[in-house]
Amino acid sequence: MKSKKWIAMLLAGGQGSRLGELTTGLAKPAVPFGGKYRIIDFPLSNCTHSGIDTVGVLTQYQPLVLNHYVGNGRPWDLDRNFGGVSVLPPYQGKDGGEWYAGTANAVYQNIQYIDHYDPEYVLVLSGDHIYKMDYSRMLKYHVEKKAQATIAVIEVPWSEASRFGLMNTDEEDKISEFEEKPAKPKSNLASMGVYLFDWKLLKQYLIEDELDAFSTKDFGKDIIPKILGDGKSLYAYRFEGYWKDVGTVESLWGAHMDLLDDVPGFDLNDPHWKFYAGNANHAPQYISAEANITQSLVNEGCIVHGTINHSILSYNVHVGKNTIIKDSVIMPNVKIGNNVTINNAIIASDICIEDYAEIGSTSPAAEITVIGDAENISYVATNEKSRIK
Amino acid sequence: MDNVIGVINLVNEKQYLKELTSHRCLSAVPFGGRYRLIDFTMSNFVHADITKVAVFTKEKYRSIMDHLGSGKEWDLDRRNGGLFILPPTHPDELIKGDLQQFHDHIEFFNRSPEDTVVISPGHHVCKMDFQEIVDHHKDSCADITVVYKDFDGESVDKPIYHKYSIQNDGRVKNIELYTSPEQGDSVGLETFVIKKDLLIEIIKTCCENGEYDFLKDGVKANLHHLKVNSYHYKGYFPFIHSISSYYKSNMEFLNPELAQTFFYDTWDIYTKIKHEAPVKYSITSKVTNSLVANGCDIEGTVENSIIFRGVKIRKGAVVKNSIIMQKGEIHEGTYLENVITDKQVNITSEQVVIGDSIPRIVKKADVV
Repeated sequence: MKSKKWIAMLLAGGQGSRLGELTTGLAKPAVPFGGKYRIIDFPLSNCTHSGIDTVGVLTQYQPLVLNHYVGNGRPWDLDRNFGGVSVLPPYQGKDGGEWYAGTANAVYQNIQYIDHYDPEYVLVLSGDHIYKMDYSRMLKYHVEKKAQATIAVIEVPWSEASRFGLMNTDEEDKISEFEEKPAKPKSNLASMGVYLFDWKLLKQYLIEDELDAFSTKDFGKDIIPKILGDGKSLYAYRFEGYWKDVGTVESLWGAHMDLLDDVPGFDLNDPHWKFYAGNANHAPQYISAEANITQSLVNEGCIVHGTINHSILSYNVHVGKNTIIKDSVIMPNVKIGNNVTINNAIIASDICIEDYAEIGSTSPAAEITVIGDAENISYVATNEKSRIK
Repeated sequence: MDNVIGVINLVNEKQYLKELTSHRCLSAVPFGGRYRLIDFTMSNFVHADITKVAVFTKEKYRSIMDHLGSGKEWDLDRRNGGLFILPPTHPDELIKGDLQQFHDHIEFFNRSPEDTVVISPGHHVCKMDFQEIVDHHKDSCADITVVYKDFDGESVDKPIYHKYSIQNDGRVKNIELYTSPEQGDSVGLETFVIKKDLLIEIIKTCCENGEYDFLKDGVKANLHHLKVNSYHYKGYFPFIHSISSYYKSNMEFLNPELAQTFFYDTWDIYTKIKHEAPVKYSITSKVTNSLVANGCDIEGTVENSIIFRGVKIRKGAVVKNSIIMQKGEIHEGTYLENVITDKQVNITSEQVVIGDSIPRIVKKADVV
């Protein structure tokens, strides 16, 4: 019987309700990012580069786009004879079936899938973070520390610490306490939502947690505190590098803006750590004689006649003449007419914006304007939020 | 399209493009920012639902094999059919002609259940609708259909094109091999539709008689007892037979109407996927009237140019009327005008490289 050293379980079922209109028709991990990618490309590419060749993708909310996108895993080199990527939606068994009731329950319902690969370790990932991480270093740390579970953590500014799940650790980085969004943080080590478990231990806790009627069946709220409470060997693995939760409109916009720095904290174009993406065939971008593009990322398939400053254009975005786009994120297949102004906005896929529209505000205090996912809705100059047609 | 095999015939390729073809075959020459010449024929076949494609290679085919891989990008990694790369089988001997190589791989044709074969070279930049051509062939009950175009290219220094005399009913009356055509002459595009059984018969008979050229010995010699019909191709098609015509046909894609109709309004042109990030423009970049492919990092000025995947143009560098192929790096303060740089070229800082009406070529991986 063949077995795997480790496999990953990627939690991709969340709705991402804080992204509002951007996740009306698709799950959060399928939200486009960086002009070319979807959020799920980051954990999947990280898996490939870390030597993980078996990934279960747990889907539930609006899975159509995600199912189609992940497919047989070929773009990430995850089309394998034994292993590879598997999309794992909730299913019915002999005794009926049910929806995934929480992150832990989602993995619990797929114990059979994991046991099929008989892994020593299971890495649990979430599908809403932008980062570049070599998980194999975390595994090495886990083995060296003789840990039974390891949680990846990142130092966050003390001023923001109370927004995160925080790990209090001893001098060996052994975790002594876990606090979810405490008012008075004792630590600034925030959980990145990346957990590595000995599979035997995790399986036992998943089964026990399932029997606990009071459990919310969540890794952070239930499984980790229980493991900790039982005095198991639980370590924090300190990650240094760029990591961003893109669960809100502001953070999604901010993560995009981070890509535009002269020396970006996060380099999409590292030849040794490429991020893979599906649907990648488009014509080269055409930049016209009137165009002016600075400090921006522009993908293939774009036709640009206007001025683009500090913004991101995804594939197949067409920008008309005298149009000015600043500090904005334009998602795929958006057609923008002439004399349009867009500031501090995110325009979702497949939107068509008519001539003379004015979208967003230049005021630094203003919120990010989101023009949501809908086809052929036109926005006009007088009122950025009014829809005609 | 059921029942049709696509053959991409690289055996008759000439080294028209000097330095650009000194280490790769013509079909593997980069074009249009992110393509290789063979991508156009491959994509046209796939668009016509021709799902069995054989590429007959002659020489310097490492880059073409690397490029085509399993055929996945063209949807040609198939259980049935798919992509076949058929190289020469006698590496020590000079190939006598395309029919010889077809003969060496006659099993490929014998084993294929399809009844019709479309033959095309691998270096044409066009959107040719093979469905329409095969329909035309079948409707006219022709034995062989040849595709031609009215010559509108640059004049040639050597007689390299084949001229067809076409009757009013479309039948081919005569073929003049190796001519220097005038504007408007009917020039053959080395593209044919033929019944598979007839092709096999021609391959066998000719090779037995020591004749090895499909056009000369298979088509021209049979004009009188076979029905050889013609298809008049009228779409966009640059005649590429010199560095200057190669350069001009690339630059034509800076015309937004052509780029729009060619790349966006009809079917897609597929190519090998490289997983490059979107193009990064910095605060100092100034790009106008150019085609740019992914993976580029542009800090300098780019005007009327074609920039392939993974090119870096550093601060203060100026690239004008030039073609910069994959992974080129143009350093600070350097000025390029009318230049074609092959792949992986490194132009160090503060250099001035200027071509004239015939662009200057910087060879693959050169450092200037």
